[in-house]
Amino acid sequence: MNNYFKVLRPGINSTFQDLGRFGLQHLGIVASGCMDQLSFCNSNKLVDNKISEGALEFAYQGPLLEMNGENALVAISGKVNFNLIKKNGEIIKGKSNESFQISNGDKIDILSTINSVYGYFSIFGGFKIEEVKGSVSTLVKAKIGPNNGNKLKIDDKIFFRKSHQTNKLKKIEFDFDKDNVIRVMKGLQVHYFSKNSQDDFFSKEYKVTKLTDRMGMRLEGVKLENTVNKNIKSEGITKGSIQVPGDGQPIILLSDHPTIGGYPKIANVITADYDKLVQKTPGTIIKFKLVNLAVAENAFQDYVRKF
Amino acid sequence: MLKKISNIGDCGITCDFGDEVNKNTNKEVIKLFNFIQDSVNKSKIKGILNYTPSYNKLIINFELGQIKSNEIIEFIKSSDYSKINLPENNKIVEIPICYDEEFALDIKRLEQKTKLNFKEIVSKHLETNFFVYMIGFVPGQPFLGDLSESLYHDRLDTPRIRINKGSVGIVEKFCTIYTFESPGGWNIIGRTPFELFNINKTNTSILSPGDTVKFKSISKKEFTLFKNE
Repeated sequence: MNNYFKVLRPGINSTFQDLGRFGLQHLGIVASGCMDQLSFCNSNKLVDNKISEGALEFAYQGPLLEMNGENALVAISGKVNFNLIKKNGEIIKGKSNESFQISNGDKIDILSTINSVYGYFSIFGGFKIEEVKGSVSTLVKAKIGPNNGNKLKIDDKIFFRKSHQTNKLKKIEFDFDKDNVIRVMKGLQVHYFSKNSQDDFFSKEYKVTKLTDRMGMRLEGVKLENTVNKNIKSEGITKGSIQVPGDGQPIILLSDHPTIGGYPKIANVITADYDKLVQKTPGTIIKFKLVNLAVAENAFQDYVRKF
Repeated sequence: MLKKISNIGDCGITCDFGDEVNKNTNKEVIKLFNFIQDSVNKSKIKGILNYTPSYNKLIINFELGQIKSNEIIEFIKSSDYSKINLPENNKIVEIPICYDEEFALDIKRLEQKTKLNFKEIVSKHLETNFFVYMIGFVPGQPFLGDLSESLYHDRLDTPRIRINKGSVGIVEKFCTIYTFESPGGWNIIGRTPFELFNINKTNTSILSPGDTVKFKSISKKEFTLFKNE
């Protein structure tokens, strides 16, 4: 018997992701992968998968899925408002970060993420999706990944692996960091900016704008004055780099970033604060705090303890 | 020569070979790139996720839980990679290009700037042995050089919102081929039907950094009939 979910509504940007596709950036292929690694791993932990198993990532509004097949154990991580609609029409309010059972004919309606952007949907045993170059992450722009590199669309069928029954329900206590301070290290071209602009960047407020997606987050705030050159010789880009084009407004490069770029970079977000950053919704006011490598490496030790 | 190694955030380093953009500098970059790739493949170093060469830099990304930047810097400094000869697998690739006016969107602009006529521009482009400096921005897009100095021109003041896949563009001493439909500000002189990138093939990208590209002029009819293997 085929086990699958039918997509009745795809959601805004629902894609399969895992921890990323590596070793190909020199050919122009960015790593991609889940935006919020902790939430992603939590969704797998809740259903007893290995933490790197491919999950369905959604942003803002998620999909409406109808299940066909044998009973299954699933979980939704992040902070998500969703309903489980039973075959008989009964509506049960869903609880994120707790695994639950679903049966043939049930629907999962992922209505919205709460004060956050990304959530994850996992199933015990994993989705039946094909790896492309060692990963099930989707890069929509280049049509790379499962589902022919596309976002979910209506009437798609998402097959999942036949799994042995389990009643081992799990729960994870979880909340996002409430504060809006993002720790950064100095970027390679920080000296391209006037002393005043450097001070501004590391102390003043910046607003997350609507022009934000898996590729990058555009910010709005004090204009940064470049006193050296508005362009650099194109060089490789790292996730979390903060580049400043000619208009003086910073852009943080996120998981689907271009592999090389020619704008000067004022700072880089530290690994420990990346998940927190990507969950900030448009309109949020954030501030950057300058730290050094030792602080960033220590912060990473604290971050991995959450996994 | 490797001039400086700096941190990029807490999970990246950049190896800087100086400010010059020329083949000699880039060959040094590619030498280190080959060494790192080989070391990763042979498991001589752990935790490296990506290594991205550009004109004058190599950027290395790593998994912070596996390795720290000082260990990678030490690994590079203690190795004799510069004595390793570039592998001989760098290849020469012939790429068909159609200069038909339907594709050569910026030929008038180039004629005005260079004071050369269409034929002269085409023959200067065709006679160049292009070196692949780097690949990226989007998957498989090559950045080639060096163009004949007589063809140098700036970017368009207003970039186009949409450039077709396969379009060949030039800016300053560089030439690129758009492997995906995208926005862009390069001077478009023709288009190739040749598919440089296909994620489903074992050899995902036809070109690698360090290869040589030679263009071959084809007619509009040949363009239409061209089949990628």
